[in-house]
Amino acid sequence: MSIMIDSEKCIGCGRCAEVCPGNLIVMDSKAYMKYPKDCWGCTSCIKECSAGAVKFFLGADMGGRGSLVYTRQQGDILTWVMECPDGSVKEIRINRKESNRY
Amino acid sequence: MELQKLHTDVLIIGGGTAGCYAAITIAENSPDTNVIICEKANIRRSGCLAAGVNALNAYITEGHTPQDYVDYARQDAEGIVRGDLLLTMSEQLNEVTAHLERLGLVILKDENGNYVTRGKRNLKINGENIKPLLADAVYRLKNVTVLNHINMTDFSVTDDRINGAFGFNTQKEIFYSISAKAVIICTGGAAGLYQPNNTGFSRHKMWYPPFNTGAGYAMGIRAGAEMTTFEMRFIALRCKDTIAPTGTLAQGVSAKQVNALGEVYENKYGLTTSQRVHGTVMENLNGRGPCYLKTEGITSEQDDALLKAYLNMAPSQTIKWLESGKMPSQQNVEIEGTEPYIVGGHTASGYWVDTDRETTIHGLFAAGDVAGGCPQKYVTGALAEGKIAAGSALKYICSHDLHEVVDEEISRHFSKAEKFLNGENARFDCEQLEEAMQTVMDRYAGGIRTNYRYNEKQLAAANERISQIEALTETLCAHDMHELMSIYELRERLTVCKSLIAHLEARKETRWHSFAENLDYPERDDENYLCYINSKLENGRIKIIKRRTVKEDEHYEHNDRQ
Repeated sequence: MSIMIDSEKCIGCGRCAEVCPGNLIVMDSKAYMKYPKDCWGCTSCIKECSAGAVKFFLGADMGGRGSLVYTRQQGDILTWVMECPDGSVKEIRINRKESNRY
Repeated sequence: MELQKLHTDVLIIGGGTAGCYAAITIAENSPDTNVIICEKANIRRSGCLAAGVNALNAYITEGHTPQDYVDYARQDAEGIVRGDLLLTMSEQLNEVTAHLERLGLVILKDENGNYVTRGKRNLKINGENIKPLLADAVYRLKNVTVLNHINMTDFSVTDDRINGAFGFNTQKEIFYSISAKAVIICTGGAAGLYQPNNTGFSRHKMWYPPFNTGAGYAMGIRAGAEMTTFEMRFIALRCKDTIAPTGTLAQGVSAKQVNALGEVYENKYGLTTSQRVHGTVMENLNGRGPCYLKTEGITSEQDDALLKAYLNMAPSQTIKWLESGKMPSQQNVEIEGTEPYIVGGHTASGYWVDTDRETTIHGLFAAGDVAGGCPQKYVTGALAEGKIAAGSALKYICSHDLHEVVDEEISRHFSKAEKFLNGENARFDCEQLEEAMQTVMDRYAGGIRTNYRYNEKQLAAANERISQIEALTETLCAHDMHELMSIYELRERLTVCKSLIAHLEARKETRWHSFAENLDYPERDDENYLCYINSKLENGRIKIIKRRTVKEDEHYEHNDRQ
């Protein structure tokens, strides 16, 4: 499991590199994941990215099948977007003001 | 590297839960006190709560008292806890929870405005943004300076009194010497000592953050601080592959632990944290694995709520469910034990502190996962300890002046870091030595692949091999500051491994299955081991100190420093 950064979408703001708890992302003019095997999978970078450029995936060694996940934010609503290999897209919307039910 | 010398009243090392809350406490009680927080990453998303947290697991619910919490933790740890630390922590739990809510944490309430509880001690929350909330509160404080991307590596101590600490920037070539009247260490526990569940590409998909290397333990050990109960390792029972939490399934939808035959086995082995892991190991050993949490048959509404709850703390699990096309209602969730960690927020490993959270080094206070004797802290307990340690540090600086770190000592630490940066033609790199360390710990010091079991011969072999790897670290070289950080992290882990092995060897009994399963001494021995196993580095050797148990009616002080 790790992240990949879409350099076409990256706006070079550097927020993902700033918050990564492992200092794993480096900035050139764009952000670059320098240490993919060291990622913890916390998804902090994905939630910081307003451009939807940072995408999370599960490694094949833990059962991953190639979907890419990024987030979109509007007010209190955090939308997780999952692009599946077959082209389909799944979305889960979370209201940050609502508690977990469990 | 450039050298920067800084001065402050209180230096906080580690900007996680405990560290941030210590800073908030100091600023509220003494706004003129200068504080520096040094954080290896960025306090906005650093430490074990980077992804968020699923619940507040330490709260005194209606009809219960702080003493009930002490009793629970003592029973779970089979007696090896500090009553004084647990009680003083428990007394603060509800107050810090209310403060968290004022800072913006969403806590579920019923129609009367009361918190909705999950089990006896837990509250339901949306904890995805707990770190940004704490960070925002810290950034509002006037005299608190946050230095992000600073990796602190060593204390400066003279005559058992703290002068400050050393470290370096993980991105720019800057070395820091920070003199402080008091230091609060809150660097968290140690992950990455043992070979993890996933060993390939996803090797860092582990329970505890792979970036928590036990730096605070190692700094204390090297400075001669007394440590306690390292032998009480923590092993989490987690969802297989994603290493996501199981508590949300067990408590949220009442999922039971079942074996491959569908039999509920948890009652057979007991319900303490270590017994739940042990039961899973035993079912697998006896041919009844894999083991699962029985979620089949829950409703589709419960499926949806679980997908959201996991996104708020462990997104991999939600993605796993979605990618597989099988929701928890359709397929039980396989579980496994993780590799062992040293983490004082769950078990009792860490600094030996007095009731006020001062370590055996004057002016050095400890809070959160790095502080020992006080298990079952969870988030609110770490906040409570940050608050207590901050109060004690404030008292301490009223009567103690700054002892400036001397140039000779700065230059010694500076040169050591420069040596790695200037080195050439290393035979090994950091990654190879880290793998070697993890393999040794796994095979000889009770890792996953030996079902967490060990004997004295194996521990002796582990100690010998870890010492050899430690010697090899001298030959490493770093091409940039990130690689320099990796070298120091490896050295920290090796230091922790050596203390851990000494502790495992010293407790000649089996009090906790899996956490410390000594095959030479398979029974619990209250006559000789209802006591703390402590240790201290003296002249390069680890000295073991046995100490009597401390109850909650006692205010413990370091009267017999050894």
